[in-house]
Amino acid sequence: MTPVKQATPQADLIRGIWRENPVLIQALGMCPTLAVTNSVANSLAMGLATLFVLVSSSFLVSSVRRLVPNEVRITTYVLIIATFVTIADMTLQAVVPTIHKALGAFVALIVVNCIILARQEAFASRHPVGRSVLDALGMGAGFTLALLLMGSVREVLGYGTFLGVPLFGPNFEPWVIFALPPGGFLTLGTILLFLSWIKRRRTRAAAPSVAGVPARKAA
Amino acid sequence: MGDLIWIFVSAAVVNNFTLMLFLGLCPFIGVSGRVETALRMGAANTFVLVLTSIAVWALNTFVLPVAPYLRLISFIVVIASLVQIVEMVIKKVSPALFRALGIYLPLITTNCAILGLAVFQTNRAYDFWQGLFFAIGAGAGLTLALVLMASIRESTELVDVPDIARGTALVLLIAGSLSLAFMGFAGLLSTA
Repeated sequence: MTPVKQATPQADLIRGIWRENPVLIQALGMCPTLAVTNSVANSLAMGLATLFVLVSSSFLVSSVRRLVPNEVRITTYVLIIATFVTIADMTLQAVVPTIHKALGAFVALIVVNCIILARQEAFASRHPVGRSVLDALGMGAGFTLALLLMGSVREVLGYGTFLGVPLFGPNFEPWVIFALPPGGFLTLGTILLFLSWIKRRRTRAAAPSVAGVPARKAA
Repeated sequence: MGDLIWIFVSAAVVNNFTLMLFLGLCPFIGVSGRVETALRMGAANTFVLVLTSIAVWALNTFVLPVAPYLRLISFIVVIASLVQIVEMVIKKVSPALFRALGIYLPLITTNCAILGLAVFQTNRAYDFWQGLFFAIGAGAGLTLALVLMASIRESTELVDVPDIARGTALVLLIAGSLSLAFMGFAGLLSTA
């Protein structure tokens, strides 16, 4: 694992997917992560809707970044985001009405997803259009992946299905609690536990090599 | 009247905003370290929820029938301005309270519970009083969840928790158990 240079386009894109994953590492955007991930299809729709809003907002915010006065920048970002969320909301309603119904109020709540505002403030408002879009794509993909991970665990355990296809045959007793609200908290808590366990193992594994080879720096 | 009480109970415990609907998780995870701050945060949120409910009712009645596509944008603008006004009024009337609430007040703008309330109220077509009771119930539920969480976290500070579980993971697992307990309230509505 060689340290990646910060300024390359690949770095902009890849950063959000794993090393700075908005959900798993930065703990942003918890509400949708927990609320809509009781099935893989819902997770995918939510992830893609957020990805669309994130990329479009980053593109627009980055394009107008020299025109917006500093005092009203947050208001401007929020209005831009709200516009794209309205578009996403109406599109979902027209194209996949059942999923739109399942997601309920959470499509509208993309407006207050902190990941989107955070990327505008921290990245899109300071970088050229190309890099901002790449950054948004990476972060959106990272968010979608985290949602899919949650959704797969919860759908497989909670209903015994994956994307609606039964996996285990008729004798499987669904672990219903994972499809219900407590399952969201428990799944994400367990995933975070697992991640910090891996992180600690890596740090440990790196420690003995101090004498000979230079140790890898713990992330 | 019975209808209004059920709306209140439903919003406060059965469909608790934080533990059942996952709204307002940021303050739930961020500022639930101390019982006192949790209480203040809950009170500030309840106040803004009630004001938002009234404003949303006005918007739904007078403005949005004409321009339905402006729904989200008008909600978010109204919430942002409301929080700003509340901040100014409190600062003028009671500087002590203003200092006590500190940074939490402006952060309420991006709390999804507020926008969530606005959207739910619209989707369920609540009238003025129903909306008001819904807002008070939601605020009470938020405060309850925050205070419960803060009390548990104060106790866990003295407990020997494994290293890897410290921080967000622990909070989420506790929240999972709390949410499990709140599921028990679901029986309240089905027997009614």
